[in-house]
Amino acid sequence: MKTKNIMIVGVGGQGTLLTSRILGGITVDAGYDVKLSEVHGMAQRGGSVVTFVRYGEKVAEPIVEEGQADVLIAFEKLEALRYAHFLKKDGAIVVNDHRIDPMPVVTGAAEYPENIIENLAKEHSVYSVNAMDEALKLGNSRVFNIIVLGVAAKHMDFSKEAWLQVIEKTVPPKTVEINKKAFLLGFES
Amino acid sequence: MSETKIMLGNEAIARGAFEAGVKVSAAYPGTPSTEISENIVNYPEIYAEWSPNEKVAMEVAIGASISGVRAMASMKHVGVNVASDPLYTISYAGVNGGLVLVAADDPGLYSSQNEQDTRCVARAAMVPVLEPSDSQEAKDFMKYAFDLSEKYDTPIILRTTTRLSHSQGPVTLEERCEPMDIPYERNVSKFVMMPGNAKGRHVFVEKRLKDMAEDACTMPINKVEMNDTKVGFITSGIAYQYVKEACPNASVLKLGLVHPLPRKLIEEFASKVETLYIFEELEPVFEEQIKSWGIKCIGKEIFTVQGEYSANMLRKAVLKEEEEIKAAAQVPARPPILCPGCPHRSVYSVLNKLKIHAAGDIGCYTLGAVAPLSVVDTTVCMGASISTLHGMEKAKGKDYIKNWVAVIGDSTFMHTGVNSLMNMVYNQGTGTVMILDNSTTGMTGHQDHAATGKTLMGETVPAINIFELCKAMGIKNVVEVNAFDTVTLEKVIKEEVAKDEVSVIITKSPCVLLKGNKFTTKCVPVPEKCKKCGMCLKPGCPALTKNADGTISIDATMCNGCGLCKGICKFDAIETVEV
Repeated sequence: MKTKNIMIVGVGGQGTLLTSRILGGITVDAGYDVKLSEVHGMAQRGGSVVTFVRYGEKVAEPIVEEGQADVLIAFEKLEALRYAHFLKKDGAIVVNDHRIDPMPVVTGAAEYPENIIENLAKEHSVYSVNAMDEALKLGNSRVFNIIVLGVAAKHMDFSKEAWLQVIEKTVPPKTVEINKKAFLLGFES
Repeated sequence: MSETKIMLGNEAIARGAFEAGVKVSAAYPGTPSTEISENIVNYPEIYAEWSPNEKVAMEVAIGASISGVRAMASMKHVGVNVASDPLYTISYAGVNGGLVLVAADDPGLYSSQNEQDTRCVARAAMVPVLEPSDSQEAKDFMKYAFDLSEKYDTPIILRTTTRLSHSQGPVTLEERCEPMDIPYERNVSKFVMMPGNAKGRHVFVEKRLKDMAEDACTMPINKVEMNDTKVGFITSGIAYQYVKEACPNASVLKLGLVHPLPRKLIEEFASKVETLYIFEELEPVFEEQIKSWGIKCIGKEIFTVQGEYSANMLRKAVLKEEEEIKAAAQVPARPPILCPGCPHRSVYSVLNKLKIHAAGDIGCYTLGAVAPLSVVDTTVCMGASISTLHGMEKAKGKDYIKNWVAVIGDSTFMHTGVNSLMNMVYNQGTGTVMILDNSTTGMTGHQDHAATGKTLMGETVPAINIFELCKAMGIKNVVEVNAFDTVTLEKVIKEEVAKDEVSVIITKSPCVLLKGNKFTTKCVPVPEKCKKCGMCLKPGCPALTKNADGTISIDATMCNGCGLCKGICKFDAIETVEV
C-alpha cells in the first residue's frame, strides 16, 4: 500500500493534538507503521498549527510535504486555504465552516478572504460542515473537532466500529459518550 | 513479552531513561524538551525535578552521577548555554554513574530565540553526542548513551530536534535494568577540578575522544547501508528519514554517534560512492571535518544552514526533479497571540496607554512585542530584561529610563532574573521591574517552579514568596497589583517609574489556561450603546471582532470574561454576565 498522508490544520487550542492521536491510534490498531508530527510550545498560542499523520507499510519521514496530502482536515476556513497547496491533485478537503480572525485581520492590517469554501471547491473535492453549530446542539462546543473527524473518516478505509473503539481508548473517560455521538454525527452525515 | 506503543520522541527518551535504570533526572522546561520530564515523572523509580534553571539541573545530575547512580538533565538548546559552565568542566572530570544531557535543538525556530547547533557546543566541550532518528532510536540510544558514559568515563549528550521530539512513532518496550549503585570513593584528582588536577584531566579528555573516534568505526549505531553507489549520503537524525524517503536506493552512512566522527569508516564509505553528499540540518559540522580530511563531498553548497530539511529538498537539489507544486495562497498570517483573558494583555494595554517601553524576556509575554500591544522592545534570553534595562540606565542616565520598565515572568524571574535584580540593587540602579506573576511556567504548557508551591512529582511544598524575596534584597518599593485592576495598575506604574530607586511591581493573576482557573462571567456587547469607536479592540483580544456596521461581536466560546474590554469601554456598551 502507498503511504497515506493526512494533515490536520487549525488554530492553536482547537484540539488538533487529540484528533491526531485518535487518527494515529486507528492506524496502529489496523497494523500499519505510522508517524505523526505535531506542534507544541509558542506556536500553539492561537497561531496557525499543522499536524501530520502518515501511515503505510513502512514510513520514513514524519512530515507531509507540498503536493502530497490525501486528506486535509481543517478546523478553520482560512487555515484550509493556507494549506490547500499541500493537497494531491485528487486529494480531499474536509473543512469546518468556521471563521476565526487572525490578529492582522483584527487590527485591520489585512482582510479575511471571502468565499473560501466556494473557491477551494473549484479545484478540490471539498466537504464542509458547520461543526460548531452541530457541537452546540450536542451540548458541548468543544467536540466540534470530532464531528469534523467523523466527516473525514468517510474518506479513509477504517470501519465505524474501529473508530468508536479508538475514540473510547483515547479521549478522557468522562467525554467518551459525547465524543462518540459527535463522531457518528459527522460519519453518518 | 514485548509491547509496542506509539510514542512521542520525548516520551521515548523518558522511556529510555527508565529502562536504563536512571535514578535522578533534573530539568528546566523549554520547547521542544519539556515532555521528557513530564513523562519521566510517570516512572516512580526515578526522582525527577524541575530545577530553577539549566545550570542547576546539570549540577544536580552531576552530583547524582558522582554519588554513583545513573543521572540525567534535559533542556532546550539555549538551556545548554546556561548549563555550559558545569558541562565544560564535568567533561574533564568524567562520571561515576552514567551521566546524560538531553539537548533539544530547534531547527526552524518553532519556539526559540536562536537556531544554534548543540553539536558545536559539544565539540568545544569535548563531549560525545548521540543523535537518534525516530522514537525507537530515541529510546535505544538513551540506553546506549549510559553504557558509553560509564565505559568511556564521560558525560554524553543525546541531541534531539523539534521534529524528532514532537513526532510519534512505534516503540518496543523493554524491562528496566537496575544497575548496581557504583560505590563512591573520594577521588580528588578526578572530581576537584583545580588547575593541577584539570591539567591532567585535559590530557585524559583528548585521549578519550581519540579512542572513541576509533571505536566509533565499529559501533552498531554508525550504520552503512550500501545500495546504488552512484550517490552516497552521510547523514544523521531526522535528516536520515528524508534521505530514505526521497532516495531509497542511495547508499547511506547513518551516524548515530555524531561526535567524535569515525574517520576510517567515513573514508571507506566515501571511497565506494561516486558522489558523496553530506546531509545535516543546521551547521556544517560533519562537512567541515570531512572536507578537512581531503574527502570530496557536497554539503552546504546546495543545502541550507537554516531551518528544517525535507525530502522535497533532496528531490529538487539531488534528483533534479522539478515537481509541480502549486504556490501557496496569499492569505493573512496567523501569528501566535496571547489567549483571551490573558493577564499579560491587561498589563500591556496599560503600558501601551502610558507609552512605556519594555525590556522584555522569554515567555508568552514576549508576544507583547507585536501589534497591537507593541510594548516590548527587546528580548535576548532568560533573565535579560532586568539586566538590559540596567545597562541602558548606566549608559544614558536614570532619566533615560523614566519611560521604561523591565517585564519578566515568575518562572523566568526564578530562573535567572533574580540575579539581575540583585545586580540592579547592588549597583544602584533605579529601574522599574514588573514581574508578571501568572503562577506557572506558561508558554511551555504549565510547569511548576520554586514559587508555585508544587513540585514536578506533585508534592505540595512551601512556595518561595517573590514579594518577600524582593524585600529581602533591600528593595523598598515592592507592590503587588491584580493584573486586571487597570486603574490601580496605571497609578502604580506612574508612581514607581518616577522614583529614583529600584521598584518591583508584581502583577499577580493566574494564567487563564491554568487548571482549576474557573471563569464565572462572560463579556457581551450592548450594540445599542456602542459608539463604534473601536477602543475595545485595541488590546487585540481574539474573542472580539468588528462587525460590518462598526459594532463588535464577542465569541462566547472564546471569551473568559476577564472584563478588560468592558473596563476600556466608556459607554457601557459591554456588559459581563454570569454563566
